[in-house]
Amino acid sequence: MAVEKEKLYRIHLMVCAGTACVSNRAFEIKEALEKEIKRQGLENEVKVVTTGCNGFCERGPLMVVQPGNIFYQMLTVKEIPYLVEEHFLKGRPVKKLMYQPPEEKTPIPVLSEIQFFKKQVLVALRNRGLIDPEKIEDYIAQDGYKSLVKALTQMTPEEIIHEVTISGLRGRGGAGFPTGLKWQLVRNAPSPDGEKYIVCNGDEGDPGAYMDRSILEADPHTVIEGMLIGAKAIGATKGFIYVRNEYPLAVKRILIAIDQARDYGLLGHDILGTGFNFDIRVVRGAGAFVCGEETALIASIEGRLGEPRPRPPYPAEKGLWGKPTCINNVETWANIPVIIDRGGKWFASIGTPTSKGTKVFSLVGKINNTGLVEVPMGITLREIIYDIGGGIPGGKKFKAVQTGGPSGGCIPAEKIDLPIDYESLTEAGSMMGSGGMVVMDEDTCMVDVARYFLSFTQDESCGKCTPCREGTKAMLDILTRITEGKGTEEDLSLLEELAYTVKETSLCGLGKTAPNPVLTTLRYFRDEYITHIRDKKCPAHVCRQLNVYTIDPQICLEKGHGCDVCRRNCASEAIIGAKGEAHKIDQSKCIKCGVCYEVCNFGAVKVD
Amino acid sequence: MPKLTIEELEKLREEVRKTTFIREQTQFRAKINVHMGTCGLAAGARNILNAFLREIEKRGLTDVLVTTSGCAGLCSREPMATIEIAGQAPVKYVDLTEKKAQEIFEKHILNGEIVTAYALGIGSEKTDLT
Repeated sequence: MAVEKEKLYRIHLMVCAGTACVSNRAFEIKEALEKEIKRQGLENEVKVVTTGCNGFCERGPLMVVQPGNIFYQMLTVKEIPYLVEEHFLKGRPVKKLMYQPPEEKTPIPVLSEIQFFKKQVLVALRNRGLIDPEKIEDYIAQDGYKSLVKALTQMTPEEIIHEVTISGLRGRGGAGFPTGLKWQLVRNAPSPDGEKYIVCNGDEGDPGAYMDRSILEADPHTVIEGMLIGAKAIGATKGFIYVRNEYPLAVKRILIAIDQARDYGLLGHDILGTGFNFDIRVVRGAGAFVCGEETALIASIEGRLGEPRPRPPYPAEKGLWGKPTCINNVETWANIPVIIDRGGKWFASIGTPTSKGTKVFSLVGKINNTGLVEVPMGITLREIIYDIGGGIPGGKKFKAVQTGGPSGGCIPAEKIDLPIDYESLTEAGSMMGSGGMVVMDEDTCMVDVARYFLSFTQDESCGKCTPCREGTKAMLDILTRITEGKGTEEDLSLLEELAYTVKETSLCGLGKTAPNPVLTTLRYFRDEYITHIRDKKCPAHVCRQLNVYTIDPQICLEKGHGCDVCRRNCASEAIIGAKGEAHKIDQSKCIKCGVCYEVCNFGAVKVD
Repeated sequence: MPKLTIEELEKLREEVRKTTFIREQTQFRAKINVHMGTCGLAAGARNILNAFLREIEKRGLTDVLVTTSGCAGLCSREPMATIEIAGQAPVKYVDLTEKKAQEIFEKHILNGEIVTAYALGIGSEKTDLT
């Protein structure tokens, strides 16, 4: 074997090097660790390994010490020398670098004891924190490519498809189409020259969603192995991974992984000496949201403008260059090796009657534990937000959660016990989407949220079909009007009418789902729209044009002694008063920028 | 790198596992705890620790864990190590040398015979005062 024999180290430091931790200077931590380990003469005993995303992004940069599963978080370069000496030399774990839940008095040393990790079930993310994504050997040690061997030597294509079918796996990119059925359709579809293609959709574009990026960064080989198994099942020899170029780390790691797999003969000609051929090319997308739609993605791979086309024919019949093409999302592919290894029945034992297995969600917004979580289908929103997510910061009230990104909808607080699966989310007016979860608290204005998501889809609309191009623009104009206090009650019915028209008549998924945030906020938070229109008020004080800023003269004088800070900071010179006097705002000059409210240390500036 | 056959893939898997098992494993057949307080370090605990590590590496064992801890309170008898076979009482060895460590490894860890000549006593440093 040409592989250099690895030394046995007594400690492996698994340093998270996902994008979030890297932005938090994880590589500086790694360098500091290596330097200090060397200084203490521990370089033959302690090994530093960079892994993909650990998930607990809120607490980065972070590291897990193995054996022992000791979790260190919010590391700084300054603390590394102490940590190395205490823990790795003298065997005394350092408490002050461990995670301590806000409400508790003692830190929790072991990762698996921390609430954030406790309720998670890892299938797609099974190797997170355990392997170096840039080393194929690490993946192989975790039973990597074992399922490929099984699929190539012990299973017929029909048996593979059968296993995926009984697993109940559905597309993790959003729409939730049964994966086994899709594979069967592609397998059955005739191809003029016998050529069929496999595509991995990594054009993740929802604001706040990063599970696909994380999988490609943390465990690229599971995607490759999944695609290889899919290729055998449908009879393909060529595959494409479409990933956005703005994910540089994901692109780098998948390219390294493909090279390593080729070197070992796990991609290419006569794979593992079985006579099976398959290779993968990476195509970098320019970051257009619409290219996540499969027909637009195909056009983009072919080198054409990334615009969707009407379906049918579906890509399963006529896809890339008119040949039958199987497109699945990154997370879907990542599940395949486990399904083949442990069996479809095992996978189907997790989840709800209609939605099997687990789902990766990115938990962001007004939540204590921002991060990436993998949970069994059927878990409630309450469990995700409070048990895993640790609740809302600052003791604020939970108001709503946006699932499915700009294509999804807002689910209000009263539905917090909703078990999450494809059907329940659709019923609530939202959708699974790719798994973004944006949590909102009482300080969030729902009209503004709808306006924000619509401005995103409006911006990303490719403009090919009229309903999406013009409809989203018209809807956005109305929403903007309402947030500026210029809305009328007729606007609401017009908005609804437009929303349904866009939803029903748009060409592709982008337009068909773009009105969802508007429709769900109208359904659950209609009173907020009414307050904006009738009372010209924004209850959350987010829509600045509706705010009225005043200064309480008593507080200003008694507590602040007329400190004058507000006047000096007011760009429009709308504040009257000299130092030592109570100040006043000239409403005719006020541009409602809110700066006086932010700079007043005494709470004298009131917003209404 | 040469292209792998299925047998070579399995062999590679086994080979890499011999060094990566400590990332996941929680159950070990035997645990070696080398005392690495200032006294232990000064007396050469590091060499003892490395001697144990190399014995494990040489044999490709994946069921023996090496850890460290601070001063055991008997500084004059350092370097010291506590060896615990799962399900049995821990044994503390004192005045260790690399050669003794090797012998202890072969007899105690591999064959389950306590090397009484080097042992201080049975039990860990925790006193039973509860």
